[in-house]
Amino acid sequence: MKRILVWAALTLLSVAFVYPFVWLLSASFKPRGEVFDHKLIPETFTLDNYVKVWQEAPMALWMANTAFVTVMAAVTVTISSAMVAWGFAYFRFPGRNVLFGVLLATMMLPGAVTMIPTFLIWNSLGMVGTLTPLWAQNLFGSAFYIFLLRQFFLSLPRDPFEAARIDGAGNWTIFWRIALPLCRPAIVVTWLFEFQAAWTDLMRPLVYLRDSSTFTVPRGLKSLLDAYGFGGEWHWEIVMTASVIATVPMVVLFFLGQKHFVRGIATTGGK
Amino acid sequence: MRGLTRSGRRAETRAALLFISPWIAGFLIFTFWPVVYSGYLSLTDYDVINDPAFVGLDNYRQMFEDPKAGLAFRNTLIFAAMSVPTQLVVSLGLALLLNAAARATGFFRTAFFLPKMTPPVAVGILLLMLFNGQNGLINTVLGLFGIQGPAWTTDPDWVKPGLVLMHLWTVGASVIIILAALRAVPQELYDSAMVDGAGWWRRTLRITVPMISPTLFFLFIVDSINALQSFTEAYTAFFGAGNTTYSNDAALFYVIYLFQQAFQFLHMGYASAMAWLLFVVIMIITAVQVLLTRRYVYYEGERP
Repeated sequence: MKRILVWAALTLLSVAFVYPFVWLLSASFKPRGEVFDHKLIPETFTLDNYVKVWQEAPMALWMANTAFVTVMAAVTVTISSAMVAWGFAYFRFPGRNVLFGVLLATMMLPGAVTMIPTFLIWNSLGMVGTLTPLWAQNLFGSAFYIFLLRQFFLSLPRDPFEAARIDGAGNWTIFWRIALPLCRPAIVVTWLFEFQAAWTDLMRPLVYLRDSSTFTVPRGLKSLLDAYGFGGEWHWEIVMTASVIATVPMVVLFFLGQKHFVRGIATTGGK
Repeated sequence: MRGLTRSGRRAETRAALLFISPWIAGFLIFTFWPVVYSGYLSLTDYDVINDPAFVGLDNYRQMFEDPKAGLAFRNTLIFAAMSVPTQLVVSLGLALLLNAAARATGFFRTAFFLPKMTPPVAVGILLLMLFNGQNGLINTVLGLFGIQGPAWTTDPDWVKPGLVLMHLWTVGASVIIILAALRAVPQELYDSAMVDGAGWWRRTLRITVPMISPTLFFLFIVDSINALQSFTEAYTAFFGAGNTTYSNDAALFYVIYLFQQAFQFLHMGYASAMAWLLFVVIMIITAVQVLLTRRYVYYEGERP
Protein backbone atom coordinates (compact mmCIF):
# COMPACT_ATOMS: atom_id res chain seq x y z
CA MET A 1 0.00 0.00 0.00
CA LYS A 2 2.71 2.42 1.03
CA ARG A 3 4.73 1.52 -2.06
CA ILE A 4 1.77 2.28 -4.33
CA LEU A 5 1.31 5.70 -2.73
CA VAL A 6 5.00 6.53 -3.19
CA TRP A 7 4.91 5.49 -6.82
CA ALA A 8 1.71 7.42 -7.47
CA ALA A 9 3.22 10.55 -5.95
CA LEU A 10 6.43 10.15 -7.94
CA THR A 11 4.52 9.62 -11.18
CA LEU A 12 2.36 12.69 -10.61
CA LEU A 13 5.34 14.86 -9.68
CA SER A 14 7.51 13.72 -12.56
CA VAL A 15 4.67 14.52 -14.96
CA ALA A 16 4.56 18.02 -13.43
CA PHE A 17 8.32 18.40 -13.92
CA VAL A 18 8.35 17.16 -17.51
CA TYR A 19 5.13 18.87 -18.57
CA PRO A 20 6.61 22.35 -19.21
CA PHE A 21 9.02 20.79 -21.73
CA VAL A 22 6.20 19.01 -23.52
CA TRP A 23 4.04 22.13 -23.43
CA LEU A 24 6.84 24.25 -24.90
CA LEU A 25 7.65 21.69 -27.58
CA SER A 26 4.02 21.33 -28.52
CA ALA A 27 3.54 25.13 -28.67
CA SER A 28 6.48 25.43 -31.05
CA PHE A 29 4.51 23.39 -33.63
CA LYS A 30 1.34 25.47 -33.33
CA PRO A 31 0.30 28.47 -35.43
CA ARG A 32 0.25 31.83 -33.65
CA GLY A 33 -3.44 31.77 -32.71
CA GLU A 34 -3.34 28.38 -30.99
CA VAL A 35 -0.20 28.76 -28.88
CA PHE A 36 -2.12 29.26 -25.65
CA ASP A 37 -4.83 26.66 -26.21
CA HIS A 38 -2.90 24.25 -23.92
CA LYS A 39 -3.70 21.27 -26.13
CA LEU A 40 -1.01 18.65 -25.92
CA ILE A 41 -1.34 17.64 -29.59
CA PRO A 42 -1.40 20.70 -31.88
CA GLU A 43 -4.73 21.09 -33.67
CA THR A 44 -2.90 22.48 -36.69
CA PHE A 45 0.58 21.05 -36.94
CA THR A 46 3.06 23.42 -38.57
CA LEU A 47 6.81 23.84 -38.99
CA ASP A 48 6.39 27.51 -39.89
CA ASN A 49 7.77 28.71 -36.57
CA TYR A 50 11.07 26.92 -37.11
CA VAL A 51 11.32 28.29 -40.64
CA LYS A 52 10.54 31.78 -39.35
CA VAL A 53 13.09 31.63 -36.53
CA TRP A 54 15.72 30.56 -39.02
CA GLN A 55 14.77 33.41 -41.38
CA GLU A 56 14.28 36.19 -38.83
CA ALA A 57 17.31 35.46 -36.66
CA PRO A 58 20.87 34.41 -37.53
CA MET A 59 20.23 31.20 -35.58
CA ALA A 60 22.94 29.19 -37.36
CA LEU A 61 25.50 31.90 -36.60
CA TRP A 62 24.44 32.06 -32.94
CA MET A 63 24.75 28.28 -32.72
CA ALA A 64 28.22 28.42 -34.27
CA ASN A 65 29.31 31.21 -31.87
CA THR A 66 28.00 29.30 -28.88
CA ALA A 67 29.59 26.05 -30.02
CA PHE A 68 32.94 27.83 -30.42
CA VAL A 69 32.80 29.50 -26.99
CA THR A 70 31.54 26.35 -25.30
CA VAL A 71 34.17 24.03 -26.75
CA MET A 72 37.00 26.50 -26.07
CA ALA A 73 35.76 27.08 -22.52
CA ALA A 74 35.39 23.38 -21.74
CA VAL A 75 38.66 22.24 -23.32
CA THR A 76 40.83 24.99 -21.82
CA VAL A 77 39.35 24.80 -18.33
CA THR A 78 39.73 21.03 -18.24
CA ILE A 79 43.41 21.02 -19.21
CA SER A 80 44.45 24.01 -17.09
CA SER A 81 42.49 22.90 -14.03
CA ALA A 82 43.88 19.37 -14.28
CA MET A 83 47.43 20.76 -14.42
CA VAL A 84 46.92 22.93 -11.36
CA ALA A 85 45.09 20.16 -9.50
CA TRP A 86 47.99 17.80 -10.19
CA GLY A 87 50.42 20.42 -8.89
CA PHE A 88 48.50 20.60 -5.63
CA ALA A 89 47.85 16.86 -5.33
CA TYR A 90 51.18 15.26 -6.23
CA PHE A 91 53.94 17.59 -5.09
CA ARG A 92 54.91 18.76 -1.65
CA PHE A 93 56.15 22.31 -1.42
CA PRO A 94 56.28 25.13 1.11
CA GLY A 95 53.11 27.22 1.20
CA ARG A 96 51.00 24.56 -0.49
CA ASN A 97 48.20 24.53 2.06
CA VAL A 98 48.08 28.30 2.27
CA LEU A 99 47.80 28.62 -1.51
CA PHE A 100 45.12 25.95 -1.64
CA GLY A 101 43.22 27.75 1.12
CA VAL A 102 43.34 30.93 -0.96
CA LEU A 103 42.01 28.97 -3.93
CA LEU A 104 39.09 27.64 -1.88
CA ALA A 105 38.38 31.13 -0.55
CA THR A 106 38.05 32.55 -4.06
CA MET A 107 34.99 30.34 -4.55
CA MET A 108 33.17 32.45 -1.94
CA LEU A 109 33.77 35.70 -3.80
CA PRO A 110 30.60 37.05 -5.50
CA GLY A 111 31.12 37.42 -9.23
CA ALA A 112 29.86 41.00 -9.06
CA VAL A 113 33.02 42.13 -7.25
CA THR A 114 35.41 41.13 -10.03
CA MET A 115 33.00 41.76 -12.92
CA ILE A 116 33.78 45.46 -13.49
CA PRO A 117 37.61 45.39 -13.33
CA THR A 118 37.59 42.25 -15.49
CA PHE A 119 35.50 44.12 -18.04
CA LEU A 120 38.03 46.97 -17.91
CA ILE A 121 40.88 44.52 -18.62
CA TRP A 122 39.17 43.19 -21.75
CA ASN A 123 38.18 46.72 -22.70
CA SER A 124 41.78 47.93 -22.54
CA LEU A 125 42.80 44.95 -24.69
CA GLY A 126 40.21 46.04 -27.26
CA MET A 127 38.40 42.71 -26.97
CA VAL A 128 34.96 43.88 -25.86
CA GLY A 129 32.59 42.87 -28.63
CA THR A 130 34.53 39.69 -29.43
CA LEU A 131 33.94 36.17 -28.15
CA THR A 132 37.34 35.92 -26.42
CA PRO A 133 36.31 37.27 -22.97
CA LEU A 134 33.67 34.55 -22.82
CA TRP A 135 36.21 31.74 -22.56
CA ALA A 136 39.82 32.96 -22.32
CA GLN A 137 39.80 33.22 -18.51
CA ASN A 138 39.46 29.46 -18.50
CA LEU A 139 43.09 29.19 -19.65
CA PHE A 140 43.96 29.90 -16.02
CA GLY A 141 41.87 27.15 -14.48
CA SER A 142 38.82 27.46 -12.28
CA ALA A 143 38.79 26.97 -8.52
CA PHE A 144 35.82 24.59 -8.37
CA TYR A 145 37.21 22.23 -11.01
CA ILE A 146 40.70 22.37 -9.51
CA PHE A 147 39.17 21.31 -6.20
CA LEU A 148 37.18 18.50 -7.86
CA LEU A 149 40.16 17.16 -9.85
CA ARG A 150 42.55 17.41 -6.91
CA GLN A 151 40.20 15.26 -4.82
CA PHE A 152 40.25 12.70 -7.58
CA PHE A 153 44.05 12.76 -7.98
CA LEU A 154 44.44 12.32 -4.22
CA SER A 155 42.36 9.16 -4.37
CA LEU A 156 44.77 7.53 -6.85
CA PRO A 157 47.53 5.21 -5.55
CA ARG A 158 50.99 6.71 -5.93
CA ASP A 159 52.75 3.52 -7.11
CA PRO A 160 52.29 3.92 -10.90
CA PHE A 161 53.77 7.41 -10.72
CA GLU A 162 56.81 6.37 -8.67
CA ALA A 163 57.38 3.41 -10.98
CA ALA A 164 57.30 5.72 -14.00
CA ARG A 165 59.72 8.10 -12.27
CA ILE A 166 62.19 5.28 -11.64
CA ASP A 167 61.84 4.38 -15.33
CA GLY A 168 63.04 7.89 -16.06
CA ALA A 169 59.75 9.62 -16.94
CA GLY A 170 59.74 13.39 -16.44
CA ASN A 171 57.09 15.36 -14.55
CA TRP A 172 55.14 16.30 -17.65
CA THR A 173 55.10 12.74 -19.00
CA ILE A 174 53.86 11.42 -15.66
CA PHE A 175 51.05 13.98 -15.64
CA TRP A 176 50.03 13.81 -19.28
CA ARG A 177 50.55 10.09 -19.99
CA ILE A 178 49.67 8.46 -16.67
CA ALA A 179 47.75 10.73 -14.30
CA LEU A 180 45.42 12.34 -16.82
CA PRO A 181 44.18 9.07 -18.41
CA LEU A 182 43.59 7.61 -14.93
CA CYS A 183 41.54 10.68 -14.09
CA ARG A 184 39.08 10.24 -16.95
CA PRO A 185 35.85 10.11 -14.91
CA ALA A 186 36.66 13.43 -13.21
CA ILE A 187 37.75 14.97 -16.53
CA VAL A 188 34.42 14.01 -18.10
CA VAL A 189 32.51 15.59 -15.19
CA THR A 190 34.54 18.81 -15.50
CA TRP A 191 33.97 18.90 -19.23
CA LEU A 192 30.21 18.35 -18.94
CA PHE A 193 29.76 20.90 -16.14
CA GLU A 194 31.68 23.59 -18.00
CA PHE A 195 29.99 22.75 -21.30
CA GLN A 196 26.62 23.35 -19.69
CA ALA A 197 27.74 26.50 -17.87
CA ALA A 198 29.22 28.07 -21.01
CA TRP A 199 26.29 27.12 -23.21
CA THR A 200 23.64 28.59 -20.92
CA ASP A 201 25.40 31.73 -19.59
CA LEU A 202 23.65 35.06 -20.16
CA MET A 203 25.56 37.49 -17.92
CA ARG A 204 28.88 37.55 -19.79
CA PRO A 205 27.34 37.75 -23.27
CA LEU A 206 25.25 40.66 -21.98
CA VAL A 207 28.36 42.42 -20.71
CA TYR A 208 30.69 41.71 -23.62
CA LEU A 209 28.69 41.27 -26.84
CA ARG A 210 27.34 44.24 -28.76
CA ASP A 211 26.52 43.17 -32.29
CA SER A 212 23.85 40.60 -33.08
CA SER A 213 26.29 38.72 -35.32
CA THR A 214 28.47 37.90 -32.29
CA PHE A 215 25.61 36.73 -30.04
CA THR A 216 25.50 33.36 -28.35
CA VAL A 217 22.21 31.45 -28.30
CA PRO A 218 21.09 32.67 -24.81
CA ARG A 219 21.94 36.29 -25.68
CA GLY A 220 20.16 35.90 -29.02
CA LEU A 221 17.16 34.35 -27.29
CA LYS A 222 16.95 37.36 -24.99
CA SER A 223 17.05 39.70 -28.00
CA LEU A 224 14.25 37.70 -29.65
CA LEU A 225 12.18 38.01 -26.48
CA ASP A 226 12.74 41.76 -26.51
CA ALA A 227 11.90 42.07 -30.21
CA TYR A 228 9.06 39.57 -30.64
CA GLY A 229 7.69 39.17 -27.13
CA PHE A 230 7.57 42.61 -25.58
CA GLY A 231 8.49 44.70 -28.60
CA GLY A 232 4.84 45.32 -29.34
CA GLU A 233 4.68 42.35 -31.70
CA TRP A 234 3.61 39.59 -29.32
CA HIS A 235 4.87 36.78 -31.53
CA TRP A 236 5.33 34.39 -28.62
CA GLU A 237 5.45 31.37 -30.93
CA ILE A 238 8.79 32.65 -32.31
CA VAL A 239 10.23 33.12 -28.82
CA MET A 240 9.05 29.68 -27.72
CA THR A 241 10.43 27.96 -30.78
CA ALA A 242 13.80 29.63 -30.25
CA SER A 243 13.68 28.48 -26.60
CA VAL A 244 13.22 24.91 -27.80
CA ILE A 245 16.22 25.27 -30.11
CA ALA A 246 18.33 26.64 -27.24
CA THR A 247 17.30 23.86 -24.85
CA VAL A 248 17.51 20.76 -27.04
CA PRO A 249 21.35 20.60 -27.13
CA MET A 250 21.44 20.62 -23.31
CA VAL A 251 18.87 17.83 -23.08
CA VAL A 252 20.92 15.78 -25.55
CA LEU A 253 24.07 16.53 -23.52
CA PHE A 254 22.34 15.31 -20.38
CA PHE A 255 21.25 12.03 -21.92
CA LEU A 256 24.74 11.45 -23.33
CA GLY A 257 26.41 12.10 -19.98
CA GLN A 258 23.64 11.32 -17.50
CA LYS A 259 25.68 8.92 -15.38
CA HIS A 260 28.58 11.36 -15.11
CA PHE A 261 26.32 14.33 -14.36
CA VAL A 262 24.56 12.51 -11.55
CA ARG A 263 27.77 11.15 -10.04
CA GLY A 264 29.53 14.50 -10.41
CA ILE A 265 26.76 16.34 -8.60
CA ALA A 266 26.34 13.71 -5.90
CA THR A 267 30.05 13.60 -5.05
CA THR A 268 30.98 17.30 -5.30
CA GLY A 269 27.74 19.03 -4.39
CA GLY A 270 28.34 21.13 -7.50
CA LYS A 271 25.24 23.06 -8.48
CA MET B 1 63.89 8.86 -3.02
CA ARG B 2 61.94 12.03 -3.57
CA GLY B 3 62.05 14.90 -1.18
CA LEU B 4 65.11 13.72 0.75
CA THR B 5 67.92 15.87 -0.59
CA ARG B 6 67.81 19.63 -0.61
CA SER B 7 68.25 19.87 -4.38
CA GLY B 8 65.56 17.26 -4.86
CA ARG B 9 63.22 19.28 -2.69
CA ARG B 10 64.00 22.42 -4.66
CA ALA B 11 63.34 20.59 -7.94
CA GLU B 12 60.00 19.38 -6.59
CA THR B 13 59.00 22.90 -5.58
CA ARG B 14 59.99 24.21 -8.99
CA ALA B 15 57.96 21.52 -10.77
CA ALA B 16 54.92 22.13 -8.54
CA LEU B 17 55.05 25.86 -9.16
CA LEU B 18 55.18 25.24 -12.91
CA PHE B 19 52.05 23.12 -12.69
CA ILE B 20 50.10 25.59 -10.59
CA SER B 21 51.43 28.67 -12.42
CA PRO B 22 48.31 29.03 -14.63
CA TRP B 23 46.17 29.42 -11.55
CA ILE B 24 48.61 31.79 -9.83
CA ALA B 25 48.66 34.03 -12.92
CA GLY B 26 44.89 33.84 -13.27
CA PHE B 27 44.40 34.56 -9.58
CA LEU B 28 46.59 37.67 -9.72
CA ILE B 29 45.05 39.02 -12.95
CA PHE B 30 41.39 38.03 -12.64
CA THR B 31 40.81 37.87 -8.88
CA PHE B 32 43.36 39.69 -6.75
CA TRP B 33 43.79 42.78 -8.90
CA PRO B 34 40.04 43.07 -9.67
CA VAL B 35 39.16 42.88 -5.96
CA VAL B 36 41.67 45.59 -5.07
CA TYR B 37 40.76 47.74 -8.07
CA SER B 38 37.01 47.48 -7.49
CA GLY B 39 37.66 48.57 -3.90
CA TYR B 40 39.44 51.63 -5.30
CA LEU B 41 36.76 52.25 -7.95
CA SER B 42 34.10 52.19 -5.25
CA LEU B 43 35.69 55.40 -3.91
CA THR B 44 35.53 57.14 -7.28
CA ASP B 45 33.24 58.36 -10.01
CA TYR B 46 34.13 56.46 -13.16
CA ASP B 47 32.37 56.27 -16.52
CA VAL B 48 35.09 54.37 -18.47
CA ILE B 49 35.68 57.36 -20.78
CA ASN B 50 37.12 59.82 -18.25
CA ASP B 51 39.66 58.98 -15.58
CA PRO B 52 38.30 57.89 -12.18
CA ALA B 53 37.66 60.89 -9.93
CA PHE B 54 38.17 60.27 -6.21
CA VAL B 55 35.03 60.99 -4.19
CA GLY B 56 35.74 59.27 -0.88
CA LEU B 57 32.76 57.44 0.60
CA ASP B 58 30.17 59.30 -1.49
CA ASN B 59 29.08 56.20 -3.39
CA TYR B 60 28.38 54.33 -0.17
CA ARG B 61 26.48 57.32 1.24
CA GLN B 62 24.51 57.60 -1.99
CA MET B 63 23.52 53.93 -1.78
CA PHE B 64 21.66 54.55 1.46
CA GLU B 65 19.80 57.49 -0.06
CA ASP B 66 19.04 55.84 -3.41
CA PRO B 67 15.45 54.49 -3.12
CA LYS B 68 16.04 52.05 -5.99
CA ALA B 69 19.09 50.55 -4.30
CA GLY B 70 17.02 50.12 -1.14
CA LEU B 71 14.22 48.53 -3.15
CA ALA B 72 16.63 46.17 -4.91
CA PHE B 73 18.15 45.19 -1.55
CA ARG B 74 14.72 44.50 0.00
CA ASN B 75 13.50 42.61 -3.08
CA THR B 76 16.53 40.36 -2.97
CA LEU B 77 16.25 39.60 0.75
CA ILE B 78 12.51 38.88 0.46
CA PHE B 79 13.06 36.62 -2.54
CA ALA B 80 15.89 34.73 -0.79
CA ALA B 81 13.82 34.35 2.39
CA MET B 82 10.94 32.88 0.36
CA SER B 83 12.96 30.85 -2.11
CA VAL B 84 15.69 29.16 -0.07
CA PRO B 85 13.49 27.33 2.50
CA THR B 86 10.91 26.36 -0.14
CA GLN B 87 13.63 24.92 -2.34
CA LEU B 88 15.14 22.99 0.54
CA VAL B 89 11.82 21.52 1.70
CA VAL B 90 10.73 20.54 -1.82
CA SER B 91 14.05 18.95 -2.74
CA LEU B 92 14.11 17.07 0.58
CA GLY B 93 10.56 15.85 -0.09
CA LEU B 94 11.41 14.66 -3.59
CA ALA B 95 14.58 12.95 -2.39
CA LEU B 96 12.67 11.18 0.42
CA LEU B 97 10.13 9.93 -2.09
CA LEU B 98 12.85 8.68 -4.43
CA ASN B 99 14.56 7.00 -1.50
CA ALA B 100 11.32 5.36 -0.39
CA ALA B 101 10.66 3.95 -3.86
CA ALA B 102 14.01 2.18 -3.54
CA ARG B 103 14.02 0.47 -6.94
CA ALA B 104 13.84 1.72 -10.54
CA THR B 105 14.08 5.36 -9.61
CA GLY B 106 16.18 6.21 -12.67
CA PHE B 107 13.25 7.52 -14.68
CA PHE B 108 11.93 9.75 -11.90
CA ARG B 109 15.37 11.07 -11.07
CA THR B 110 15.85 12.02 -14.72
CA ALA B 111 12.46 13.75 -14.77
CA PHE B 112 13.35 15.82 -11.70
CA PHE B 113 16.82 16.69 -12.96
CA LEU B 114 16.12 17.50 -16.60
CA PRO B 115 14.74 21.04 -15.99
CA LYS B 116 18.10 21.95 -14.45
CA MET B 117 19.59 21.61 -17.95
CA THR B 118 17.34 24.32 -19.37
CA PRO B 119 19.22 27.55 -20.08
CA PRO B 120 18.13 30.13 -17.45
CA VAL B 121 17.02 32.48 -20.25
CA ALA B 122 14.58 29.83 -21.43
CA VAL B 123 13.43 29.36 -17.82
CA GLY B 124 12.68 33.10 -17.68
CA ILE B 125 10.69 32.84 -20.91
CA LEU B 126 8.82 29.78 -19.64
CA LEU B 127 7.94 31.78 -16.53
CA LEU B 128 6.27 34.43 -18.70
CA MET B 129 4.37 31.78 -20.64
CA LEU B 130 3.30 29.42 -17.87
CA PHE B 131 2.45 32.11 -15.32
CA ASN B 132 0.74 34.49 -17.73
CA GLY B 133 -2.24 35.93 -15.82
CA GLN B 134 -4.82 35.58 -18.59
CA ASN B 135 -4.09 32.38 -20.43
CA GLY B 136 -1.02 30.82 -18.82
CA LEU B 137 -0.99 27.11 -18.04
CA ILE B 138 -0.83 27.61 -14.26
CA ASN B 139 -3.93 29.81 -14.10
CA THR B 140 -5.75 27.56 -16.58
CA VAL B 141 -5.13 24.59 -14.28
CA LEU B 142 -6.13 26.63 -11.23
CA GLY B 143 -9.28 27.60 -13.14
CA LEU B 144 -10.23 23.93 -13.43
CA PHE B 145 -10.49 23.92 -9.65
CA GLY B 146 -12.48 27.14 -9.68
CA ILE B 147 -9.58 29.26 -8.47
CA GLN B 148 -9.01 32.63 -10.09
CA GLY B 149 -5.20 32.80 -10.37
CA PRO B 150 -3.39 36.12 -9.87
CA ALA B 151 -1.58 38.14 -12.55
CA TRP B 152 1.75 36.47 -11.69
CA THR B 153 3.85 38.33 -14.25
CA THR B 154 2.52 41.87 -13.76
CA ASP B 155 1.07 42.24 -10.26
CA PRO B 156 3.98 43.46 -8.04
CA ASP B 157 2.66 41.36 -5.13
CA TRP B 158 2.81 38.14 -7.17
CA VAL B 159 5.98 38.58 -9.21
CA LYS B 160 8.28 37.21 -6.52
CA PRO B 161 6.07 34.20 -5.61
CA GLY B 162 5.98 33.40 -9.34
CA LEU B 163 9.78 33.50 -9.50
CA VAL B 164 10.01 31.30 -6.39
CA LEU B 165 7.65 28.70 -7.89
CA MET B 166 9.42 28.76 -11.25
CA HIS B 167 12.73 28.32 -9.46
CA LEU B 168 11.38 25.13 -7.85
CA TRP B 169 11.36 23.62 -11.31
CA THR B 170 15.17 23.55 -11.25
CA VAL B 171 15.79 21.89 -7.85
CA GLY B 172 17.08 18.72 -9.57
CA ALA B 173 20.69 19.08 -8.46
CA SER B 174 19.67 19.50 -4.81
CA VAL B 175 17.50 16.39 -5.06
CA ILE B 176 20.48 14.36 -6.30
CA ILE B 177 22.75 15.71 -3.55
CA ILE B 178 20.21 14.94 -0.81
CA LEU B 179 19.45 11.52 -2.27
CA ALA B 180 23.16 10.65 -2.12
CA ALA B 181 23.21 11.68 1.55
CA LEU B 182 20.06 9.67 2.32
CA ARG B 183 21.59 6.52 0.85
CA ALA B 184 24.58 6.93 3.17
CA VAL B 185 22.47 6.78 6.36
CA PRO B 186 23.19 3.41 8.02
CA GLN B 187 20.23 1.04 7.81
CA GLU B 188 20.78 -0.24 11.39
CA LEU B 189 19.53 3.07 12.75
CA TYR B 190 16.18 2.53 11.08
CA ASP B 191 16.04 -1.14 12.02
CA SER B 192 16.41 -0.43 15.71
CA ALA B 193 13.92 2.45 15.49
CA MET B 194 11.41 0.10 13.84
CA VAL B 195 11.89 -2.34 16.69
CA ASP B 196 11.10 0.51 19.05
CA GLY B 197 7.91 1.08 17.05
CA ALA B 198 8.77 4.49 15.60
CA GLY B 199 6.59 5.50 12.66
CA TRP B 200 7.70 7.01 9.35
CA TRP B 201 7.38 10.64 10.47
CA ARG B 202 9.23 9.98 13.69
CA ARG B 203 12.04 8.14 11.90
CA THR B 204 12.34 10.92 9.33
CA LEU B 205 12.41 13.70 11.88
CA ARG B 206 14.52 11.94 14.49
CA ILE B 207 16.96 9.95 12.34
CA THR B 208 16.99 11.02 8.70
CA VAL B 209 17.02 14.79 9.04
CA PRO B 210 19.67 14.87 11.81
CA MET B 211 21.86 12.37 9.94
CA ILE B 212 21.83 14.36 6.71
CA SER B 213 21.94 17.76 8.41
CA PRO B 214 25.48 18.55 7.12
CA THR B 215 24.17 18.19 3.55
CA LEU B 216 21.06 20.25 4.23
CA PHE B 217 23.21 22.89 5.88
CA PHE B 218 25.58 22.96 2.91
CA LEU B 219 22.66 23.39 0.49
CA PHE B 220 21.16 26.08 2.71
CA ILE B 221 24.34 28.14 2.49
CA VAL B 222 24.95 27.58 -1.22
CA ASP B 223 21.30 28.32 -2.08
CA SER B 224 21.35 31.47 0.05
CA ILE B 225 24.50 32.76 -1.65
CA ASN B 226 22.99 32.00 -5.06
CA ALA B 227 19.62 33.54 -4.21
CA LEU B 228 21.28 36.78 -3.12
CA GLN B 229 22.95 36.93 -6.54
CA SER B 230 19.83 36.02 -8.58
CA PHE B 231 19.99 37.55 -12.00
CA THR B 232 19.22 35.70 -15.19
CA GLU B 233 15.63 34.42 -14.86
CA ALA B 234 14.31 37.68 -13.39
CA TYR B 235 16.32 39.83 -15.79
CA THR B 236 15.11 37.84 -18.79
CA ALA B 237 11.47 37.95 -17.82
CA PHE B 238 11.18 41.45 -16.45
CA PHE B 239 13.85 43.74 -17.94
CA GLY B 240 14.46 44.69 -21.55
CA ALA B 241 18.00 44.62 -22.84
CA GLY B 242 18.91 47.06 -25.57
CA ASN B 243 16.27 49.24 -27.18
CA THR B 244 13.16 47.70 -25.71
CA THR B 245 12.58 49.06 -22.28
CA TYR B 246 10.19 47.25 -20.05
CA SER B 247 10.75 46.69 -16.39
CA ASN B 248 9.02 45.54 -13.27
CA ASP B 249 10.34 47.01 -10.07
CA ALA B 250 9.08 44.05 -8.04
CA ALA B 251 11.71 41.91 -9.77
CA LEU B 252 14.51 44.45 -9.46
CA PHE B 253 17.09 42.28 -7.72
CA TYR B 254 20.34 43.64 -6.36
CA VAL B 255 22.61 42.21 -9.06
CA ILE B 256 20.19 43.37 -11.77
CA TYR B 257 20.38 46.94 -10.47
CA LEU B 258 24.15 46.64 -10.11
CA PHE B 259 24.39 45.42 -13.71
CA GLN B 260 22.24 48.30 -14.93
CA GLN B 261 24.31 50.85 -13.01
CA ALA B 262 27.58 49.45 -14.35
CA PHE B 263 26.81 48.62 -17.96
CA GLN B 264 23.75 50.65 -18.91
CA PHE B 265 24.44 53.92 -17.06
CA LEU B 266 28.23 53.43 -16.89
CA HIS B 267 28.27 54.32 -13.18
CA MET B 268 31.23 52.00 -12.59
CA GLY B 269 32.22 53.58 -9.25
CA TYR B 270 28.72 53.33 -7.80
CA ALA B 271 28.31 49.77 -9.09
CA SER B 272 31.64 48.79 -7.51
CA ALA B 273 30.45 50.13 -4.16
CA MET B 274 27.26 48.07 -4.58
CA ALA B 275 29.39 45.00 -5.33
CA TRP B 276 31.43 45.52 -2.17
CA LEU B 277 28.31 45.89 -0.05
CA LEU B 278 27.01 42.62 -1.53
CA PHE B 279 30.33 40.96 -0.71
CA VAL B 280 30.17 42.11 2.91
CA VAL B 281 26.50 41.11 3.27
CA ILE B 282 27.17 37.63 1.88
CA MET B 283 30.13 37.19 4.24
CA ILE B 284 28.03 38.27 7.23
CA ILE B 285 25.06 36.08 6.33
CA THR B 286 27.29 33.08 5.74
CA ALA B 287 29.15 33.64 9.02
CA VAL B 288 25.87 33.94 10.95
CA GLN B 289 24.56 30.77 9.33
CA VAL B 290 27.74 28.89 10.20
CA LEU B 291 27.65 30.09 13.82
CA LEU B 292 23.92 29.48 14.30
CA THR B 293 23.80 26.06 12.69
CA ARG B 294 26.99 24.76 14.26
CA ARG B 295 24.91 23.74 17.28
CA TYR B 296 22.20 22.04 15.25
CA VAL B 297 24.24 20.15 12.67
CA TYR B 298 25.45 16.65 13.37
CA TYR B 299 28.90 15.73 12.10
CA GLU B 300 29.95 12.13 12.52
CA GLY B 301 33.21 11.76 14.41
CA GLU B 302 32.88 15.16 16.01
CA ARG B 303 33.49 15.41 19.73
CA PRO B 304 30.48 16.68 21.70
